[in-house]
Amino acid sequence: MLTSFKRILTFAVNDFGRNKGISIASIFVLTVTIMLVTGLFFFQGLTGYLTSQIQDKIDVTAYFKSGTAEQDILNVKDEIIKTTPSIKNVEYISQDQALATFNANHKDNPVLAKALQEVGDNPFLPSLNITTSGDPLQYAQIANVLQTSDFSKLIEKVDFSQKKDTIEKVYSITTNINIFGLIFGAILILVAILVVFNTIKLAIENSKEEISAMRIVGASNWFIRGPFVIQGIIYGIFAFIICFLISGLFAYFMASKISVVLPGFDMFDFFLANWWIFVLIQLGFGIAVGAGSALIVVKKHLEV
Amino acid sequence: MIKFDNVTKIYQPGTIVLQNISFEIKDGEFVSIVGKSGAGKTTLVHLILGLEIPTYGEIYFDGLNLNDASPAKIQEIRRRIGGIYQDYKLLPKKTVYENVAYILQVEGKNNEEIKREVPKVLETIGLKDKIDNFPDQLSGGEQQRLAVARALINHPDTIIADEPTGNLDPYNSYEVISLLQKLNQTGKTVILSTHDREIVNKLGKRVITLEGGKILRDEAAGRFII
Repeated sequence: MLTSFKRILTFAVNDFGRNKGISIASIFVLTVTIMLVTGLFFFQGLTGYLTSQIQDKIDVTAYFKSGTAEQDILNVKDEIIKTTPSIKNVEYISQDQALATFNANHKDNPVLAKALQEVGDNPFLPSLNITTSGDPLQYAQIANVLQTSDFSKLIEKVDFSQKKDTIEKVYSITTNINIFGLIFGAILILVAILVVFNTIKLAIENSKEEISAMRIVGASNWFIRGPFVIQGIIYGIFAFIICFLISGLFAYFMASKISVVLPGFDMFDFFLANWWIFVLIQLGFGIAVGAGSALIVVKKHLEV
Repeated sequence: MIKFDNVTKIYQPGTIVLQNISFEIKDGEFVSIVGKSGAGKTTLVHLILGLEIPTYGEIYFDGLNLNDASPAKIQEIRRRIGGIYQDYKLLPKKTVYENVAYILQVEGKNNEEIKREVPKVLETIGLKDKIDNFPDQLSGGEQQRLAVARALINHPDTIIADEPTGNLDPYNSYEVISLLQKLNQTGKTVILSTHDREIVNKLGKRVITLEGGKILRDEAAGRFII
């Protein structure tokens, strides 16, 4: 068994070296297709970051009536967290905090400072700033909590209705991007697999006479197909090494350019944080498609 | 040893290549299968090797019905048959040494035995100095000699030669036929498929004549008459 495996491995390595043209062509096609799949993963990381950034910027603020007790506001906060556990953040901003933030933001504007002095009292209302995942359903749940009779009497106003359209639009855009990415990705991967399959099919068709000679002398099916499958694996490994290096270099050199368009997104950090997923996708895809194609094509030639 | 029982082979759509063929070849026999091109000689050889299955009828090899044989059993039978073919059926991406060694590797022989046996056989057929050449670097005669070496390396009990002299000059043809005769004298069963009248008539052995997919004659000391 071990001797047979060693022999199959030797045949595969010899054939790989002796058919340089076919080997290089197969690795090239496999590399291009793996890069397409890798590109999709980069795209997914990019859109994921973009949508989370947009969603983070959309929040709802509930303003409470002046003089509402802090404990009552915190009760509302607890209720929101209880009814919507997947909510991202609920922040309580007291009247004093609101005033301090306003002053800090407008310290260079004497007109506003004077207007505030004339009002005399702190005109700001205590509030709860609510950030969700962007799902309109979460906003509806929050709106339900705020509208219950116990809480609605404490609330001066909620800016939810003013943002409703924007929230729904952003949510629909992000959902569409994900669906489009999924469909586009699936089509691209299918085309890529077909291209690799056909390249390997052509390479093996070239060995049709050889397979026929091997059958005539009584070689077992695994003794015949083994070297082709292992060659497929070797193509996959080589393509993976090339793709992994290209991905790393691409992420490193493009990081600064992409962060100009998308501040806060570091492509190289994304690559480093997900390097094992890159290995898994590239190596898995390369080996599975390379060896799988060889297995299917040789099987056809082994049938009586 | 080999028995055809009412065998018919039909290729789609409806091309009858062999029709109701029945004969038996005993151990140690030398049988020539003759006929014009397209008479069904090569199909008959493929049926013995299990490379094709009959549409009707049964083929037996040492009592085993090939229709019921498992793939492993068919492969074992192929290993017991040494094949010499018009197109040599060599492995083009393997060297002379590797082509011969492949047969022993398929049989699971150990590396020491392979290293010992292969150079010996290559020396006998005069190809020792071309051990690292590839088949396309050999002449037609050398390729056929390599095919013969490959067919004999594992001492098979049956030799099938399908038009072995088709691509050879008279000198090389004579060498191959002499070798087949010698092998038969050592007790091996030889099945020679050919359309070479002169060779068959010189042999004076059993001749099965095919025409239009049917057996026209089966004579113990036959001649090529079509």
